[in-house]
Amino acid sequence: MTAHAISSSAAIDAAKRRDELIAFAVLFLVLAAAPAVIYPFFLMQALCFALFACAFNLLIGYVGLLSFGHAMFLGLAGYVSAHMAKVGTIDIGSANFGIHLNFGPMNPLVAILFGVAASAILGVLTGALAIRRQGIYFAMITLALSQMIYFFCLQAPFTHGEDGIQGVPQGKLLLGHIDLSQQTTMYYFVLAIFVVGFAIIHRVVNSPFGDVLKSIRENEPRAISLGYKSDQYKLAAFVLSAALVGLAGATKSIVAQNASLTDVHFAMSGEVVLMTLVGGLGTFFGPIVGAFIIVAMQNYLAGFGQWVQVIQGVIFVACVLAFRRGIVGEIAHRLGISL
Amino acid sequence: MMIPILNISTQALFGQLLLGLINGAFYALLSLGLAVIFGMLNIVNFAHGALYMVGAFCAYFLLNLFGLGYWWALLIAPIVVGALGVVIERTMLQRLAGLDHLYGLLLTFGLALIIQGVFQNYFGSSGLPYAIPPELQGGSNLGFMYLPNYRGWVVVFSLVVCLATWFMIERTKLGAYLRAATENPSLVRAFGINVPLMITLTYGFGVGLAALAGVLAAPINQVRPLMGADFIIVVFAVVVIGGMGSIMGSVVTGFMLGVVEGMTKVFWPEASNTVVFVIMAVVLLIKPAGLFGRTA
Repeated sequence: MTAHAISSSAAIDAAKRRDELIAFAVLFLVLAAAPAVIYPFFLMQALCFALFACAFNLLIGYVGLLSFGHAMFLGLAGYVSAHMAKVGTIDIGSANFGIHLNFGPMNPLVAILFGVAASAILGVLTGALAIRRQGIYFAMITLALSQMIYFFCLQAPFTHGEDGIQGVPQGKLLLGHIDLSQQTTMYYFVLAIFVVGFAIIHRVVNSPFGDVLKSIRENEPRAISLGYKSDQYKLAAFVLSAALVGLAGATKSIVAQNASLTDVHFAMSGEVVLMTLVGGLGTFFGPIVGAFIIVAMQNYLAGFGQWVQVIQGVIFVACVLAFRRGIVGEIAHRLGISL
Repeated sequence: MMIPILNISTQALFGQLLLGLINGAFYALLSLGLAVIFGMLNIVNFAHGALYMVGAFCAYFLLNLFGLGYWWALLIAPIVVGALGVVIERTMLQRLAGLDHLYGLLLTFGLALIIQGVFQNYFGSSGLPYAIPPELQGGSNLGFMYLPNYRGWVVVFSLVVCLATWFMIERTKLGAYLRAATENPSLVRAFGINVPLMITLTYGFGVGLAALAGVLAAPINQVRPLMGADFIIVVFAVVVIGGMGSIMGSVVTGFMLGVVEGMTKVFWPEASNTVVFVIMAVVLLIKPAGLFGRTA
């Protein structure tokens, strides 16, 4: 490569980074000011789904792995953090043999961390199985495993089956100085979590590790021939995605003060695919836009019963047939920039 | 007569074995259709469960709107759903040629949402009854168990359909074209064979099998808009276990897993929902390509 080519590619990189930074700053300012005009509870829900979609996009957009079972991470983390915030016991094994701890109700941040840990562990177990196959098999395996987790959540005592965990306390942080039952405070807490999660994803994608992931997406045999252990990279990305989805799910259960089977059902796995597809697969901001659109649509069309599902199906079909870049992908393509 | 085996009556044991065989027959018919479609189109047909449901509803409509009974439904429903499949393939799936296979999965998932949503709007979530045809009502006493005639019919008939499909694909000239087109479509086209038409008809045939399974299921499971929604996930697991490479493999795996699931209901009812998924996990650890799959 000539010196000129190097300097121009560095210039492109710098321009790309500048575009992203500007977009990120605009997004942050909009979100920070949004509660003044938009109902905060809606925003908090949308932010949780946006983080969910961004973490999902880390796999499909940058590693090329379509998981059809990401609801298991959202749902499990939601149950674990709701249980920890409300009850705070761990019972594994039988009465005589096993782990039995009683922490009492935990502060929300610690409860969320437990949720993230649970999803990460589940990510290791399911990821190790799923990456043994590629392409559509990967999608079917993740779907089947998440259905297994669904039945686990239906039958396990701590999830309370069909009832779910209700009345989860929102609690206080920093020795009671930050009261999360105040809606505005809760909003900025959720926004902070979202920004942290989003920044982690951005950092990972732009790291050398992220470059290897993208090379696996483009041509896995070649990445292997270059000496990269692609299975380890895929598993690492899978677990990271699972943990970040867990962060979204755990936060969501504290915000909504409940955890239910909806979050672990495979329809939720389909919804996150839809959000990401609508916004734009493999774009940074697409999943956020997609999540806000789908959550808003569900809120406005809640009275139309199953037609919401039909509309979602139509959007799916339309996106796949005619609009594969998604909204943000299309804008970025028209403007010739990367978002 | 009762021979207690681990405190379980033989009647219960054989009853569950039969239920397992019936579920296995549905798994076999559905995974067979999925395998045939995947072979030609490289698409995992997520709408398979929804079209299985449409097959059952076809039988229901034929009876209640046109007065045509079960035997007509067995013939007409697969043709109607097959025609629907042809339309889907020609208008939508065909445009995905050359794209990542995942788009086919996403498109058919969207179709499943649409179809199931529409039916749920008009029929809610509860089941509609569909009577067993008069010829197959009643049962026979086999000595060790009581066999309801209809259930015996479902097992035998599905087996016949599966074997006929296997014969058609593996032993006839048409099947040879089909297999050749799976291996190398452009070469087969160069020989003057209309491969796009074959692809379209294959999709129609695959979803026709799903509709046939739906008609068979109607008298047993009632006709419900969501009857295929959860079912298709288990079928996916069956497909992963069997591997989609072989026709006979899908059939054997389907029946086998149905029986295993039935036996689990007897000995450990809590695990019966998840046993297929657990088997899938074990198979992935031991033989990732699936029991009958070729590594690709």
